Amino acid sequence: MSQVPADPHAAVVATAGGVEDGPILTVDGQPLDEALARAGRRARWRAFLLVMPLLVFVIITFITPIGQMLHRAIYNPTFSQNMPRISAWLKAHPDEPPTEEAYALLIEDLKEARKNKTIGAVATRINYDVPGTRSLFTSTARKAKRLKPPYMEAMLKVNRKWGDPRIWTAMRQAAHAYTIDFLLNALDFTRDAKGDIVRVDPERQIYGKLFLRTLVLSLVITGLTLVLGFPIAHLLASLPLKYSNLLMIFVLLPFWTSLLVRTTSWIVLLQTNGVINDILVWLGLIREDQRLQMIFNQTGTVIAMTHILLPFMVLPLYSVMRTIDPSYVRAARSLGATSWTAFRRIYLPQTVPGIGAGALLVFILAVGYYITPALVGGSSGQLISNMIAFHMQKSLNWSLAAALASLLLGGVLILYWLYDKLVGIDNLKLG
Amino acid sequence: MKKLLMTGAAILGLATAAFAGNDREIVVMSWGGAYTKSQVEAYGKPFTEKTGIKVIWVDADNPATPIKAQVEAGNVSVDVADVERSDAVRLCDEGLLEELPINELPPAPDGTPAKDDFIGDSLTECAVPNIVWSTVVAYDTTKFKEAPKSIADFFDLEKFPGKRGLRKSAKANLEMALMADGVPADKVYEVLSTPEGVDRAFRKLDTIKDQIVWWEAGAQPPQLLADGEVSMTTAYNGRIFNAMVAENKPFAILWDGQIMDFDMFVMPKGAPHKADAWEFIKFATDTQRLADQAKYISYGPARKSSAPLVGKYKDGKTDMQPHMPTAPENLKNALVNDFEFWADHDTELNERFNAWLAQ
Amino acid sequence: MALPPYASPLERLWHRVYLVICAAIFLFLIAPILIIIPLSFNAEPYFTFTDKMLSLDPAGFSLRWYKTLLTFGMINPDNPDTWAWWRDVWENAKWVQAAKNSIIIGVFATLLATVLGTVAALGLSRPEMPYRRLIMAVLISPMIVPIIIVATGLFFFYSMTGLAGSYLGIILAHATLGIPFVIITVTATLVGFDHSLTRAAASLGASPTTTFFKVQMPLIMPGVISGALFAFVTSFDEVVVVLFVAAYDQQTIPRQMWNGIREQISPAILAVATILVAISILLLTTIELLRRRNERLRGIQG
Repeated sequence: MSQVPADPHAAVVATAGGVEDGPILTVDGQPLDEALARAGRRARWRAFLLVMPLLVFVIITFITPIGQMLHRAIYNPTFSQNMPRISAWLKAHPDEPPTEEAYALLIEDLKEARKNKTIGAVATRINYDVPGTRSLFTSTARKAKRLKPPYMEAMLKVNRKWGDPRIWTAMRQAAHAYTIDFLLNALDFTRDAKGDIVRVDPERQIYGKLFLRTLVLSLVITGLTLVLGFPIAHLLASLPLKYSNLLMIFVLLPFWTSLLVRTTSWIVLLQTNGVINDILVWLGLIREDQRLQMIFNQTGTVIAMTHILLPFMVLPLYSVMRTIDPSYVRAARSLGATSWTAFRRIYLPQTVPGIGAGALLVFILAVGYYITPALVGGSSGQLISNMIAFHMQKSLNWSLAAALASLLLGGVLILYWLYDKLVGIDNLKLG
Repeated sequence: MKKLLMTGAAILGLATAAFAGNDREIVVMSWGGAYTKSQVEAYGKPFTEKTGIKVIWVDADNPATPIKAQVEAGNVSVDVADVERSDAVRLCDEGLLEELPINELPPAPDGTPAKDDFIGDSLTECAVPNIVWSTVVAYDTTKFKEAPKSIADFFDLEKFPGKRGLRKSAKANLEMALMADGVPADKVYEVLSTPEGVDRAFRKLDTIKDQIVWWEAGAQPPQLLADGEVSMTTAYNGRIFNAMVAENKPFAILWDGQIMDFDMFVMPKGAPHKADAWEFIKFATDTQRLADQAKYISYGPARKSSAPLVGKYKDGKTDMQPHMPTAPENLKNALVNDFEFWADHDTELNERFNAWLAQ
Repeated sequence: MALPPYASPLERLWHRVYLVICAAIFLFLIAPILIIIPLSFNAEPYFTFTDKMLSLDPAGFSLRWYKTLLTFGMINPDNPDTWAWWRDVWENAKWVQAAKNSIIIGVFATLLATVLGTVAALGLSRPEMPYRRLIMAVLISPMIVPIIIVATGLFFFYSMTGLAGSYLGIILAHATLGIPFVIITVTATLVGFDHSLTRAAASLGASPTTTFFKVQMPLIMPGVISGALFAFVTSFDEVVVVLFVAAYDQQTIPRQMWNGIREQISPAILAVATILVAISILLLTTIELLRRRNERLRGIQG
């Protein structure tokens, strides 16, 4: 192996003999392989240049904002910036209980934060970790000017809570701008007085439940779309194109209709004084005072989302079923299989790629759904997206919103990767 | 391709022409529905007439939240916001509001300086009060043979069956729960300051939890009543008045256990049109304008000097006085919202409330 | 779907049942969309069919909610002067303002998405494109990533860059959301594209630009147009990003609907919904005609 020629073509040419040594040349006297490689490179560049404007665009308007948001999930400088003295002390003395010096620095910081009107933000930051401490900070800051040494004693006199190790642990964590605490919170974990990671109190565990609910409801919706989508996709695939194109309108019209319109329709249909309840009362199936509560709860979310996502199941199923040769089933029947056996053993296995593609797509879309649950979900039909919106718009705990969003994004990206592996993004079809 | 580009450029030109109005304008954020309508009539239209400054009204469930978000994110587009007193105090503490030169506010017609004219020492360096309003219980009179008498009846599902509407936040709900549980109005905040008191309020809410329909925007409760989704609901008193008088709905207000509060005009820090916004606040909170406001909705003016000017509803026949939260017969068992308590405890109690809600 | 002649009676029965089930599912799909159309002509402010409507009494129907769409937000809806009245509608009616915003944002977002997306799809469908799969995955991801995450990210990013509350910001965001659709539809038309056509054009002396406009463009046009329609509909129906990054006075149709649904569904919302359904029927027809034309051009027989 020591004499491998530098250029395999040269070796071929040389061993073949006949031709003078040296590689094959193009008309203008360059080595052919180099010219080919260059042409290939140029073609690759040309292709890449066509894609580049869009890629840059998407990186700016999409990847960067999301990256920035992910950063926010682990970065919160509110405390370290506005309470610099105590933050420095806490970082310098990682394992020490607070000393007189620490209390003195804390008072300095509180005074300044009050002057700069940042005390509210600081208090809110610590309150995320130790609920019920917001007023401790704001009220102490109000009195900080009048406090005299010894400071430790003075602070404890203002409020006993200043001796609580949980508050000091929280400040110790908040002193670092980079923190995983918000991600922990998003998973219902927190830190105890010693700074160890523990589960939060049962009555405050909400995110785990919500992730679970999102998962379960998405599975239910995926299952329902499959159950409803399979028969009609099968019907559409087995009808002549002339008819199936016509019936396809039933699938495509909802697909093209505004999401808000479809959600509105479900409210009109399902509400207590809505069309369905009216019909049931009119038919005498239920009494006037027994009207069913079908909306503003989980039922509403499931029904409306199943309807909205059904086309995403039917379309991939249909395109797979169209390609299934009906003669296989006929052959099975002629060999003595019952229609059920022929369906189960011959037809169904061939639809699996369609089922996989549809189910994954519906599941991915369902997990991140926001609008429909927000409008028809009441309080029991809310999904994780709604909790992100809540923290963005109502509680304004943006770091926690970002943490929840990163967890959701992680899950969706794994599913997306799976979809690409199993189905291939190229096979994503619309209408 | 060239044609396409030309068309694009033409459309762009048209678009910029259509949107680049350089009229003076301010953006005012309020609570929407009948309330905003009353403000448009009483403050907005006369202000534009007088100054030529256009007022753009935008709605929010509670303007305090979006303006806090705007200031913290650093993109403020709202010039004036209408917020509750406790929120005004809290936002001011956190440095999220502009400080206002309140000595420029016009005095009362008899010369009383503005500072003394506003009820209950409510004028602050960050916020100018405009109305007194209250959270009340409202019900559909066709649903019950016997009218509910006290706040406790709101929690009595046996005697008064049907769904209940409640605002999706801790404020007012906890106080009403305690009053219904037998705590006298003047002891409510004392009890609520203790962890046991908070537990007690949530326990009371637990008794009706599965019958509650939650609302967020002030326009929702009258709609919930009208649609028959609930038989009783908490609501802002003016919205119910509007439904009763303007839309002739068979609703009634249960004044027992009402919770009174102020609404105030504030200017978010970094508001884009500060000078014009201040002109608007000064104009809208003078004696006459506040009295005019009461012509359109049953909220009491925040200036003492406006009270004698309050007359009839815009229909010319309904006397406004008995519909005001401050009418003596409505004050028998009333609670005044403790803004300091809520400024301090809003975050904590709402956190607890949301965890409770999610269970 | 005809049953084979050898089907047993049980199979015939099952076939009937199956057809009934399918009919029910089709009803489930379409009924919610159709039900709002008659209700939008309700003379009463309710969302149920009144007795008068059911007996087809003309008095039960009215156009009042459609009129509300014009008058809501007007300064003087009782103005007797026709010209001034319409001017008032054009300048002040809330739904009209929302429609103007929606159309302007939608048109620019679509232009941007279509131009960038089509060019990129040309590159992506070349066999020599490097990292094709990865780049494709990135470009399609705006369709997959939950909208609330996009909105959250944009809220922070736009607040920092000063794009919040601007038309440009919404247009850029909506273009991003529309891009996957353009990529998907255009690459789909390019899948069967015969590259020897461009080589033939080149060998006959056409410049790359001429080749593109004379040869490639007409063939991929149906894909471009349906991609553009998808992008437009995406923008026209988008509310979450608008809620997060638009200024409060930048109303769009979906945002106005969102507010309306949350507070009170007056039949005016149903009137808007009906108009939107009519638009989607129009779009669907366009897409279908394009698809047929495309198949005819490529000689695919249905």
